Amino acid sequence: MIRSKSATYYLFIPVLFLLVFYIFPMAKIAGYVVEGFLPSTASQPIHWGLIQKATGFTLYQALLSSLITMLIGLPAAFVFGKYQFIGKPILRVLFTLPFILPTVVVVAGFNALLGPNGWVNVALMRIFHSPAPVINSYGSLGVIILAHVFYNISVVIRVVATARERFDPDVINAAALLGAKPHQIFLKIILPILWPHIFSAFLLVFLFDFTSFGVILMLGGASFTTLEVEIYIQTMQLLNLKMAGVLSLIQLAFTVLLTVLSGWMENKKNAPLSPNLQPMLRKPVSNGDKVFVFCINAILIGLLVFPVAALFLRSITAADLGQAGGMGLRFTLRYYASLFTNQHDNIFFVPPLAAVGNSFVFAGTSMLLAVTLGLLVAFSSTTGSKWSKGIQTFAMLPLGTSAVTLGLGFAAAFANNPALQAWSVFLIPIAHTLVALPFVIRIIQPALGSIPSHLHDAAMMLGVRPNAVWKYIDLPIIRKPLSSAAIYAFAISLGEFGATAFLTTPEFPTIPIAIFRSLNLPGSLNYGKALALSVILLLVCAAGFILIDWMQGEDWLPQI
Amino acid sequence: MHNKINIGNLVVFSFLLLAACQPKPSALTVMTHDSFAISASTVAAFEQENDVEVEFLLSGDAGSMLNRAILSKNTPIADVIYGIDNTFLSRALDEDLFISYPSALLNELHPALLLDSGNHALPVDFGDVCINFDIAYFEDQGLALPASFEDLTAPQYEGLLVVENPATSSPGLSFLLATIAEFGEDGYLPYWERLKENGVVVVNDWETAYYSNFSGSSGNGEQPMVVSYGTSPAAEVIFSEQPLSEAPTASIVNENMCYRQVEFVGILKNTKNQQLAEKFVDFMLGVKFQEDIPLNMFVFPANASANIPQSFIDYVQIPASPAQLDASFIAENRDEWITDWRLTMLE
Repeated sequence: MIRSKSATYYLFIPVLFLLVFYIFPMAKIAGYVVEGFLPSTASQPIHWGLIQKATGFTLYQALLSSLITMLIGLPAAFVFGKYQFIGKPILRVLFTLPFILPTVVVVAGFNALLGPNGWVNVALMRIFHSPAPVINSYGSLGVIILAHVFYNISVVIRVVATARERFDPDVINAAALLGAKPHQIFLKIILPILWPHIFSAFLLVFLFDFTSFGVILMLGGASFTTLEVEIYIQTMQLLNLKMAGVLSLIQLAFTVLLTVLSGWMENKKNAPLSPNLQPMLRKPVSNGDKVFVFCINAILIGLLVFPVAALFLRSITAADLGQAGGMGLRFTLRYYASLFTNQHDNIFFVPPLAAVGNSFVFAGTSMLLAVTLGLLVAFSSTTGSKWSKGIQTFAMLPLGTSAVTLGLGFAAAFANNPALQAWSVFLIPIAHTLVALPFVIRIIQPALGSIPSHLHDAAMMLGVRPNAVWKYIDLPIIRKPLSSAAIYAFAISLGEFGATAFLTTPEFPTIPIAIFRSLNLPGSLNYGKALALSVILLLVCAAGFILIDWMQGEDWLPQI
Repeated sequence: MHNKINIGNLVVFSFLLLAACQPKPSALTVMTHDSFAISASTVAAFEQENDVEVEFLLSGDAGSMLNRAILSKNTPIADVIYGIDNTFLSRALDEDLFISYPSALLNELHPALLLDSGNHALPVDFGDVCINFDIAYFEDQGLALPASFEDLTAPQYEGLLVVENPATSSPGLSFLLATIAEFGEDGYLPYWERLKENGVVVVNDWETAYYSNFSGSSGNGEQPMVVSYGTSPAAEVIFSEQPLSEAPTASIVNENMCYRQVEFVGILKNTKNQQLAEKFVDFMLGVKFQEDIPLNMFVFPANASANIPQSFIDYVQIPASPAQLDASFIAENRDEWITDWRLTMLE
């Protein structure tokens, strides 16, 4: 812990970034809320019952969703972190894809598969000779949780598996040699060492479920409300800023509480993880191993790949006219073909290639910004800067801030300023960076924190300069977590998380914006175009993921 | 062990971004909602005639756009705002967002649409929110159409209607207002309770209602009736995957069962381009723009002399007596109605 003074300087840029792009917009919004409390506008009521209902349901569904996500995600993470099997890199990319899909498209995928006339239901109705759909779960808590698991399970897999992969097998071998039983090794060695990573994954998943917007709004129906949904309704529809302010404060308070709690838990349990640069993965040998790996992957494919595949199939099929019930499907490429023609000379027509290009530039920029800032914060924490812990908590706040508040804050602070309007295009990647930064920190920090200090000490003793320590020790060790962090930063930006609805610049439409525009009007062609665009979004995203994996040296050939 | 992420990539990205957004001089900024659409050639005609560039600021749905305009009214970010409808009109007028502009074209507009006597907000177009139904379903089942809102609570229509949440969706709000016009302030909540008992499905947005729940559209959903627009059947024909000779859906246009939405344009106070803004408003009310509206936004032109496309004449039913509510009555009570409705319908 010798570099502590210089480490504080690393925090300068992230702190400045957060002050300008988070605190300043939030202060603007706080100003509006305070105005809302002035006697002149005091007529707007505060419905405490509604607030209570929203808070309770938000916590309930977030806890349930994230626990179930962990329940399925952890065994999957152990499979990915322990075994080598054919198709693993591809499966990992496929399992991450759901993360970026706009909710409206996920609804379409689930609907094609599980909807009342979806393929699964039609098949089940035939098997059981049932006149009514067998699965019918719209607007239920179950479908909200299913969607949250669908979205976030890859976070658990990526974060925990990456840590498990780098596990030094010598530790386990030594324990086994000393007579430890497999369950003892798991409980006493593997779990404690992986704990910070597991907890990081849980925290991220919980916060995402906690602030979930589209899933609740589109799948939950009108009978459920959460803090995030309520903030949206109160701000954008009812213009009750008092109500929105109270709700935002509650949401923020929970985020702070959770982050502080997690920091405290991490302090207690941060066991050094012996770095292991060449992952010691093994092929599943015993029958038990093979069955385990097979089952986990089968479940994940059913859960994560089937709805996406349904989306793809739906984008190349059309229902034959005159036949009800989704039967009589035939192959068509008209949806894709129609993307390239501007049927009505619409001024907002989005050429698909331009949308792909814009999406890539925005996502790439956000990724670089978030990874750079995240590295600076994580780096300062490993070198013992006393400010680091506080800054880490601080950087988590945007994730717990309503996208509506964030977007409105940006609009108030920057976009509404005529002098800055020409530069408003920069606000999009910056807003995305704010949301992605907590992810990057949460993924990189446990990895950096687990580097045993004796490696640094030895390097110091040998007179290696700090930069070289960073380059030759730290960076190689965190190479893989870094790529996971980059992937999520990229995905968060590509998926257009809420805030940008306020910042869209018509000159630079992205793929999600093109999807929403297609869905604005009725007609099978418009619906089909949205599905086709979603498939394109998935391909772009997969390409981005593969590129990032490749840059950090993922071996794309199966290791036999 | 070398890392392949290098500074070069970083620099390329930054340059791409810089090249992509050279600031350019803006001329006339029009704030509008996300559903706005118009032909490029129409706008180009105005731009050439007046040697300006028109920029459209898409700002969410109608409610979000209005609230954003209100929150930035001291430093307006646009010169003209288009797309505030009659359910939000009084909020905009109360906030004193616009300057009055009695355009010379006012006498060409349908007189019934002139809801603001002060001419701060001028009507551009109108459309009806009606229940759409799946023609094939009603034919196959030999089921008669509901003739009134009250009919919808009858057992034969149990679970057959999907509506949108008025707190999150503009057609949902219109439908709520229609029920208030029909049953009055005291009667609408008991009516909704009866609807709830009869299995009405409530979703939060039009996209989900129409594309996932409605059986007459591409999503093959479960409900054969949906709250949508009177023009949706025409859109089904125009945007079909293969040519259709008949619309698969139609609207129920009985007395008081549809709600008429009128969309307005206004010139924002503190604009620095008042003359140009006035010209643009005239342009929007003129025949060229008005005739371009239907097939882009699927609403009817406010200008009585504008021609209506044949597909609208063929496939759109126009309600003879849509539900009506006084704008100031809406303004006073809207938020309360929505909140009461939510408290009734929330679990």
